[in-house]
Amino acid sequence: MSGITPDLLALQLFTGLALGSVFVLLAVGLSLIFGLLTVVNFAHGAFYMVGAYVGVFLLGLTGNFWISLVFAPILVGTLGLAVERFLVRPLYGRGIDYPLLLTFGLGLVLVELVRILYGLEGVPFDTPPLLRGAVDIGIGYFPLYRLFLIAVTALLVLALWLFIERTSYGLIIRAGARDPEIVRVLGVDISRVWLIVFAIGTGVAGLAGILSAPMRSVIPDMGSTVLVEAFVVTVVGGMGSLIGAVVAGLLVGVVVAFTSLFWPDFSDLSMFVLMAAVLLIRPQGLFGQKGLMG
Amino acid sequence: MRHDKGKTRRTTVSRRDVLKSAAAGAVVLGTSPFSFNIARAAGDPIKIGFPVPLTGPYGSEAKEQARCAQMAVDEFNAAGGMNGRMAELLVRDDKLKSGEAAKRAQELIENDGVHFVSGSLSASVQLAVNTICKDRGIPYVSISQSDAINEEKHFSKYTFHEAMNPHMTAGAVGRYVFPRENKRVAFLIADYAYGHEMARGFKRAGEEFGIEVVAEVKHPLATKDYSTFLPRIQAAKPDVLCLCNFGYDQMNSLKQATNFGMKERMRMVAPALLYNQRRAGGADAYSGVVGGTNFYWGIEDTVPTAKAFNDAYRKLNDGSPPSDYGAYGYAGVGGLLKAVSAAGTTDADAVVAALENLKYDLYKGQQYYRQCDHQSVQPVYIIESKDAGDQADEYDVFNVVYEETADEKMLRTCGELGHG
Repeated sequence: MSGITPDLLALQLFTGLALGSVFVLLAVGLSLIFGLLTVVNFAHGAFYMVGAYVGVFLLGLTGNFWISLVFAPILVGTLGLAVERFLVRPLYGRGIDYPLLLTFGLGLVLVELVRILYGLEGVPFDTPPLLRGAVDIGIGYFPLYRLFLIAVTALLVLALWLFIERTSYGLIIRAGARDPEIVRVLGVDISRVWLIVFAIGTGVAGLAGILSAPMRSVIPDMGSTVLVEAFVVTVVGGMGSLIGAVVAGLLVGVVVAFTSLFWPDFSDLSMFVLMAAVLLIRPQGLFGQKGLMG
Repeated sequence: MRHDKGKTRRTTVSRRDVLKSAAAGAVVLGTSPFSFNIARAAGDPIKIGFPVPLTGPYGSEAKEQARCAQMAVDEFNAAGGMNGRMAELLVRDDKLKSGEAAKRAQELIENDGVHFVSGSLSASVQLAVNTICKDRGIPYVSISQSDAINEEKHFSKYTFHEAMNPHMTAGAVGRYVFPRENKRVAFLIADYAYGHEMARGFKRAGEEFGIEVVAEVKHPLATKDYSTFLPRIQAAKPDVLCLCNFGYDQMNSLKQATNFGMKERMRMVAPALLYNQRRAGGADAYSGVVGGTNFYWGIEDTVPTAKAFNDAYRKLNDGSPPSDYGAYGYAGVGGLLKAVSAAGTTDADAVVAALENLKYDLYKGQQYYRQCDHQSVQPVYIIESKDAGDQADEYDVFNVVYEETADEKMLRTCGELGHG
């Protein structure tokens, strides 16, 4: 192939890592809820989509991207709170397929509601003026907005890790994931812990949605591919592992980037090949350790 | 699985919507002095089947097609029909799938007894509908872009193509852009027939201007993230980037290329720049992009039939103007009905002969069907997307920068297409 220079390879690698951080962002919410609640949230993509639309709504209301960026995840998290309390909670202890089916249906309902409210064809969402354009990073031009995404993702992952690993509340969450009975016996209201974890997980999905809106078209179906991407990352990293999600997200990004460059025909297939390979060698995923974060 | 379920749910809603608008049309007519005619001729209407993808990613365009096709039917009926014989539009959902479309077309012909078929919003789906129609001798007016349908192997005397084809749109955009820019040209191509057809149209037009192809990057259909395809294009340092993709692929790639700051370093062009997509994608992503279209409402200043079409549409739709794909629905069905009037019968062969001789100006200037392949020869408009600051209102999204007048030179020659 002609035109492959070291600079292009370097830029492609960097692009892959940046894309990887998008994948991490997409997957963290799903991974969190699975790892701590053992709930496979099939409505993850729908919460992501709702995040983008709530962002559109808030942007129309306030005209300020930053206010929307703060409040959209909070509102989606609040929705997650209600979903956990009234829909998911009655299904705990009934096997993994019950909440899976419930969230599957919930996803359809949410997509349909947004279709009714906003129509099929999608709504505009411009990149915030402060983050427009590209900067020269030495090996080529790269969008400022994607650099911003990398920073947000890094901060988010760090905050979640500190919260779960270094706070006493995080200790309760981890203990609850390992043995809810004992935690309950010790006088901790475990259902409240689960409520909060579910809200955080959906809130993070909503955050991913609004952050994706300047890059991807905001349409009711926008979550369907995201659910798949998030699953691949979660499975490769190991279900429920935060560090696994980070490593797997970056890995998937880089793999997609280089297949796009050399074998574009297989660029959308490559992540599934990677997933299959990982599952064959390490069925629990790279960092899989059931029921525990990190 | 998730996807399919979603679609099934939508079907009922969409169909109901269309029925609603059809009913609304009927109500409007009911209050007109022509209601007498309708009642009298209701027993034996001229039936036109109209399979379009009401559900699926292009649902809003498809509903717009159906709405405008219904307008053409209503106008025909309001003018007294064909000697008092009224027309009726039978809209069906093809779900953007060839198999589904073929089934719907077959049912329309065999169960509903339609005399004609129009519709489609996909290069491959229209070929499936065409196969069904030509086997049964039912005239079919396709209103979706395709190069293949012009070719001898798909053609029959019953096949008509009202939509533009990628060869003429990409060609017209190329002939406008290439002489105005420097010669290094890159392509981003959606990896399917339509994407490759557009790229071929650009390259053919480019030969005349000595363009140099510096990069050709293919991406899978329905790619969401284009970041991994863009560095290679940037590294080639093109002056012009031809986006040979459509719909949401076009929107996503434009949004992301804009973020990459590529518009500052190259001119972005797209063979088919859609009005609805531009409105959904926002001014920022599209501003400065040059593309082709069959119709933009803004041509009404110079084209009287566009003005009439726009005004009729605005009256029914709260003042919002019709879109390009909607206009195809109007022209496809409108042209058919004009031919029916000229023929004075619904006999397939007579209507085919009438269509072949038709000179029509329904919404955008003079058109006619070329004899050898029944491709509609028509003007192509070159438009440039406006900055948000230059828009007078939400509908004012493009500048019409050029009109390439209707001419068979835009098309591949009959010989090239295999017509003897």
